[in-house]
Amino acid sequence: MQLSREELLSAYTRMRTIREFEERLNVEFQKGTVPGFIHLYSGQEGIAVGICEHLDEDRDYIGSTHRGHGHCIAKGVDVKGMMAEIYAKSTGVCGGKGGSMHIADLDKGMLGANAIVGGAPPLALGAALTAKTLKTGGVSVPFIGDGAANQGTVAEAMNMACVLNLPMVFMFENNGYAEFTAASYATAGSIEARAKAYGMPGTTVAGDDFFAVHEAAREAIDRARNGGGPSVIEATAYRFHGHFSGDPQVYRSAEELKSVREDHDVLNNFRDRVTEAALLDQQELDAIDAEVLTLMDEAVAEAMAAPDPMPEDLFTDVYNTYQ
Amino acid sequence: MSISILMPALSPTMEVGTVAKWLVKEGDTVRAGDLIAEIETDKATMELEAVDEGTVGRLVVEGGTENVPVNQVIAILLEDGEDAAALMAEASVEASTTAETAAPAAPVEATAPQPVAASIPDDPEFGPDATYTELTVREALRDAMAEEMRRDGDVFLMGEEVAQYQGAYKVSQGLLDEFGPKRVIDTPITEHGFAGLSTGAAFAGLKPIVEFMTFNFAMQAIDHIINSAAKTRYMSGGQVTAPIVFRGPNGPAARVGAQHSQCYAGWYAQVPGLKVIAPYSAADAKGLLKAAIRDPNPVVFLEHELLYGHKFDVPEEDYVLPIGKAKTLREGTDVSLISFAYTVGTALEAADQLAQEGISAEVIDLRTIRPLDTQAIIDTVKKTNRAVVVEQGWATCGVTAELSALIMEEAFDWLDAPVKRIAGADIPMPYAANLEQLATVQVADIVRAAKDVCYRE
Repeated sequence: MQLSREELLSAYTRMRTIREFEERLNVEFQKGTVPGFIHLYSGQEGIAVGICEHLDEDRDYIGSTHRGHGHCIAKGVDVKGMMAEIYAKSTGVCGGKGGSMHIADLDKGMLGANAIVGGAPPLALGAALTAKTLKTGGVSVPFIGDGAANQGTVAEAMNMACVLNLPMVFMFENNGYAEFTAASYATAGSIEARAKAYGMPGTTVAGDDFFAVHEAAREAIDRARNGGGPSVIEATAYRFHGHFSGDPQVYRSAEELKSVREDHDVLNNFRDRVTEAALLDQQELDAIDAEVLTLMDEAVAEAMAAPDPMPEDLFTDVYNTYQ
Repeated sequence: MSISILMPALSPTMEVGTVAKWLVKEGDTVRAGDLIAEIETDKATMELEAVDEGTVGRLVVEGGTENVPVNQVIAILLEDGEDAAALMAEASVEASTTAETAAPAAPVEATAPQPVAASIPDDPEFGPDATYTELTVREALRDAMAEEMRRDGDVFLMGEEVAQYQGAYKVSQGLLDEFGPKRVIDTPITEHGFAGLSTGAAFAGLKPIVEFMTFNFAMQAIDHIINSAAKTRYMSGGQVTAPIVFRGPNGPAARVGAQHSQCYAGWYAQVPGLKVIAPYSAADAKGLLKAAIRDPNPVVFLEHELLYGHKFDVPEEDYVLPIGKAKTLREGTDVSLISFAYTVGTALEAADQLAQEGISAEVIDLRTIRPLDTQAIIDTVKKTNRAVVVEQGWATCGVTAELSALIMEEAFDWLDAPVKRIAGADIPMPYAANLEQLATVQVADIVRAAKDVCYRE
């Protein structure tokens, strides 16, 4: 289905925002201004955006992973609030208490990045049960890596989604590596084929092709929203960086890394496609790129200037009080 | 929100009192700790302190009024920025709520009831006119769930065998018939999965009750109980909350071996973000499960298989008990026996035996393990100067270890003997009857420990 000009611009802006957010974080992490572990999503932007362009902010939910920045941005979480969170500042979306691996924004339907591999699918299942119970029409999508695909929670969630006929799309991102171990070693058979074993539809798409993801997502999300139950999408994904920022990637060849960036860059593919078809032109895309870079400059500067959490916030937010 | 000041219970038996004199007038500003009134009972006159700061909005009960029931509102405090108009609006809401409560029970409607906000009163005192029904713990738990599901359409029950089979231990009997399969949901044998599912449902706005067939199987699910349910509120800076109850039988049953005979109270009680309840009596099981369901936090509710069939008197009136309050089941002067869940019964039996030997034991039922009723524990130790702390779980890093440390830190100067711990033997539960008996807490163990701390042979 042909996307409108507005849809194309929106998708490109989101994908470019994710790319520049991650690339800027990579630079800042190497400089030592960002603490902790940073797992970068560069290369996989088409998957998060291809899904989330179909989702509503208020009634649809996503569950995420340790590699969650892209999912957050695609679902509409404020970029400056995210940057401030990663910088552990009081202005962060979680007040500096969560960090890179725990960014959550319930108002945007973002249930939380989750640092437990395989943690999110059952939680997303619960959001789907809530949507079904309250008849909101909402759909819930957990993003799942090829490593998490082998966790029991994912098998449990796939089975229960079918047993309870929940409005779900299991979005597997197979970037070929579970942390530092190749999927060819650690993941038996086919992830997509596991869907069929549970009796739900499954499909595999190229994750470097935004349009392929977007079309598969449309079908799966429409099906879920209309009571047709859960399904699986497996996207072949291309992780530009290591497991985390600073990973020397001794387990990947130089040729592979070169090919990933040169042959499978979803942003380049998108630009080629829309400009060749004369849907958008280079100048307007360049203008978006420039705006996004400015946004990142602002986000980093504001995050660095923002205050730390107050010591008196240490013991808040543990328990909810009675209303 | 304005704050209601209630007629305090100044002793465990007090039912009414006299507001002898107000020490403040309407419009006065008070701070926590300020004396605001003199309250008289038949035994004593005591001064009532403000526990919050605010402006005295209304003195509901005039000075000199006699026979004011415990827990009746006697005054209303306004917080900053509130005015009397807001107070009146609230008062009218309160009045209509009260009227609804007093109305006879309506037949169950086809449409689900609307969600309601939680508000848990102080420990109620049941007057001399209260009527009681003898119920098993099993029935009391079922009644608690049914009452809360009638009250709040967002509450649902999920677990293995809870619907069609009516519960592996028959706790959910009748619930499927009354509430239907959308609110009483059978799951596959998938503890980790449905613990996560329920937590996600709580994040998104429902109020799940998760039944684990036993807490032994919840070890499969402990990642979601702790990493998701307990921690997410903090990690999200207060955005994401999990109003959820994880319940099921916990602790040793009988002759079922090591993988079905473990107490997890200490495990869960260690986790900030969780509340942990482990009742003994049916009345407490009912009132505390209702409180747990209304609590906007994740609550681990530990039941006991061997107590399910025990009968206790349960008040017929509608009541909810406060989480975090211990209960003195037997007053005594020589030694405090502090426990929770099944071994409260063991401690009561031990107290009977000790009485025959001239030792007066006070028996404290903790009821809630997190948050612990620290004050009740300190008070009883200050009274008896000796403590035996009892649990079925392992002592190492267990609840009794915590109690012992707490008493040492907070009541050291009142102790006449070291605190004695009585706990499950430090082994996986054996299967053979004779070994199992040696591994579990017996009445004789508590009697011996009590004599030890009293330096009696």
